[in-house]
Amino acid sequence: MRAAVIQFPGSNCDRDMAVAIRDITGAETTLVWHRASELPDGLDLIAIPGGFSYGDYLRSGAMAARSPVMQAVIKAAERGIPVLGVCNGFQILTEAGLLPGALMRNAGIRFVCRTVGLTVENNRSVFTSGYSTDELVQIPVAHHDGNYFADSDTLDRLEVEGRVAFRYAENVNGSARNIAGVLNAGGNVLGMMPHPERMTEAVHGGSDGRRLFEGLVRQIA
Amino acid sequence: MKTRIFVTLKNGVLDPQGKAIHHAIEGLGFSGVHDVRAGRLIEIEHEPGVSKADLETMCTKLLANMVIENFEIEQA
Repeated sequence: MRAAVIQFPGSNCDRDMAVAIRDITGAETTLVWHRASELPDGLDLIAIPGGFSYGDYLRSGAMAARSPVMQAVIKAAERGIPVLGVCNGFQILTEAGLLPGALMRNAGIRFVCRTVGLTVENNRSVFTSGYSTDELVQIPVAHHDGNYFADSDTLDRLEVEGRVAFRYAENVNGSARNIAGVLNAGGNVLGMMPHPERMTEAVHGGSDGRRLFEGLVRQIA
Repeated sequence: MKTRIFVTLKNGVLDPQGKAIHHAIEGLGFSGVHDVRAGRLIEIEHEPGVSKADLETMCTKLLANMVIENFEIEQA
């Protein structure tokens, strides 16, 4: 298995993501800088990590979504390569048009940084097969702009098509229908605000995030 | 030549920042303020040859997120 983690100026979860992927899946994991116009050959997974790419200038994820490397990521996603965006990565994927909706300022204005309960809504994707449907898992969030918004037609379509991957078990940030993670129509792109890479071993306080990567490697390998 | 671009949230999109500003205005003792919505002003200095269509494309491709925002182009 081969994986790439994209690095933007201001990414800060890139190394955590690379370590989680490498340690759990055994994938040969490369960090790819935002100026690259091509990705390494033969990738099985692309991860867009959390952080504050380009200082969140204009809108969170807006500048990163227009960077050279994202043009290559969009092409790879269209070919069906799994793309996982976490936190700022989720914001970048919506700004790039790979996922519907937008992530707005948290309804309570405050930055939210704590472990939250999530229900797994769909365990049939490559990303969620390590979980059971309706399972409650604990994964941390750390964001200021995690308030998921989409118009009601889009939300209805996401629900009907089983593209809500994770839902908050409580109102964390004002997200429409408590949506914490969504899939694209092809099921190969997942964006989620919670950080599975920060919950992968006992010392993190839990390992519910680990199963996302374990499920991925079983689906891909 | 200077163009001002106003980016605002679409009607119906909740504006937590506007709401917080509204509360702060009331906290200062002003009454009679019904609602506050916050947006963004972007000033662009450019050659006269940059067309309105180009400016609109800049807005739809980058300056505004069309899922949640509208834009208005004001040319001096």
